[in-house]
Amino acid sequence: MAIDKKTVEYVAHLARIELKSQELEKLSQQLQDILNFVDKLKEINIKDIAPTSHILPINNVLREDIPKDSLAPKDALINAPAQEGSFFVVPKVIE
Amino acid sequence: MELYKLTAHELIKKLKNKETSAQEILSSLTIRIKEIDSKVNGYVRRSKENMDSPLVRSENDSHSGTVPISVKDNICTEGLNTECCSKILGGFNPPYDATVIKKLKEAGMPIFGLKTNMDEFAFGSSTENSSFGPTHNPWNLECVPGGSSGGSAAVVSADEAIWALGSDTGGSIRQPAAFCGVVGLKPTYGRVSRYGLIAFASSLDQIGPITKDVEDCALLMNIISGYDPNDSTSSDTDVPDYAKALVNDVKGIKIGIPKEYFVQGLDPEVKSIIEEAINKLKTLGASSKEVSLPHTQYAVPVYYIIATAEASSNLARFDGVQYGFRSGGLTLIEMYKKTRQEGFGEEAKRRIILGAFSLSHGYYDAYYLRALKVRTLIKQDFDAVFKDFDCIITPTSPTAAFKIGEKVADPLKMYLSDIYTISVNLAGLPAVSIPCGFTKKGLPVGLQILAKPFNEEMLFRVAHTYEENSEWHKMKPKV
Repeated sequence: MAIDKKTVEYVAHLARIELKSQELEKLSQQLQDILNFVDKLKEINIKDIAPTSHILPINNVLREDIPKDSLAPKDALINAPAQEGSFFVVPKVIE
Repeated sequence: MELYKLTAHELIKKLKNKETSAQEILSSLTIRIKEIDSKVNGYVRRSKENMDSPLVRSENDSHSGTVPISVKDNICTEGLNTECCSKILGGFNPPYDATVIKKLKEAGMPIFGLKTNMDEFAFGSSTENSSFGPTHNPWNLECVPGGSSGGSAAVVSADEAIWALGSDTGGSIRQPAAFCGVVGLKPTYGRVSRYGLIAFASSLDQIGPITKDVEDCALLMNIISGYDPNDSTSSDTDVPDYAKALVNDVKGIKIGIPKEYFVQGLDPEVKSIIEEAINKLKTLGASSKEVSLPHTQYAVPVYYIIATAEASSNLARFDGVQYGFRSGGLTLIEMYKKTRQEGFGEEAKRRIILGAFSLSHGYYDAYYLRALKVRTLIKQDFDAVFKDFDCIITPTSPTAAFKIGEKVADPLKMYLSDIYTISVNLAGLPAVSIPCGFTKKGLPVGLQILAKPFNEEMLFRVAHTYEENSEWHKMKPKV
């Protein structure tokens, strides 16, 4: 299928990545090439084939509900670009 | 003999016999790194890391078997920066150890204080996509070491490390091991805990060893394997003693040779080296027969849909809030977008956007769901062959190491260099790459052995037998 710059721009927004105009240009072409290649998968009849999202037959892994120590707030914050007290600081979200 | 040239099992023996000390091993490695790493660039040198004292102490000082291990920059090491060679994780200092690191420390193995170079977030096959510059192949400095664990493979090959850990999502341990002439193993999915491995594609990622020989590989697997309550996808299947699988005997072993792997695109020189290795195993008592994995041609497209979809989801967490790099921006969304624009490299952005595309409304069924269904067919191909065969043998890569810069401009061409390793991750199988010869230009070639899930012992048996009857693993590059 064809992917246009508008679609790439929209998906980049969904992925929260700002693209410079020359990046958008180049990326649209490269994504088009990759999608043309991937379109090969349309040759296969996939009727009645179950999807494999995970290779092991492991489902619903449960454990005993036992309280344990977790990372202390000060350790969880050691890498924060901005922090205050026991919080991460971000730009203002509400007016 | 310089200590850095030895294997881990040789050093462990020397330590036991009190012929050397942990300190001597470390000094020897440090000298070697100072001498050649400026040419290889296998280790990441951040300004805060000191080349003169690059060792993080192990928790267990009394243990005598202390052979330092070098670790890829995407495996969390407490107190030692782990940045996935990406600007967006710049300065990230993990507050905890990955489970594999914890296990190594418990076994008395010190973690080497310099992390190994890699493609950003393991996105690549050449270690050219690193924020710390490309790693060079020790066999030819103009060539790539493979990727994404190119740093780990190069430092083991150049004797700048005794052994190392890498991670493999589509070939990222095996392909660089092949390009650098060392041993690299991707365990069965679920064999080794992924806790503390910074996720790329969660249904495909595995941590595994990169070593100088097959025995070291088995020793390292003994330490890192096993169930981990912190990784719900780790398996509680019993872990055998892999050292016991190091048997020099392949009599009666049935090898399948997939015809789809020996087609156009495979370098004729590589092909003849692989055929020679298979013949060697036959003279040692194995038998081989051509088999078919009919959906092989679909593996690369399936992989680049599934792996990028999972990556786009996993990498959503790098948003400038909790760790790493943050750019400016007046609103939260603006800050996210600028941080990710400036923090991610070109390949990372390409993969995140491709993945977000195939998961987005209107394209999900046509791309992502279809790829998951074809993944089932690829797995079924292997199940059918393993009903009648003990292992499958293929080249690890269609060519030997390529030149730095040769494929960077064409992502699709780069993706195709993983054509023989990708199916293994999609099917969750274990596979190992071992050295099996050299091209006329003096570049190593890797032999890939695949086995049934949780049958790493078969890999060790076949690989060890081949190694005992060849000299390739003893060859050293002149750097």
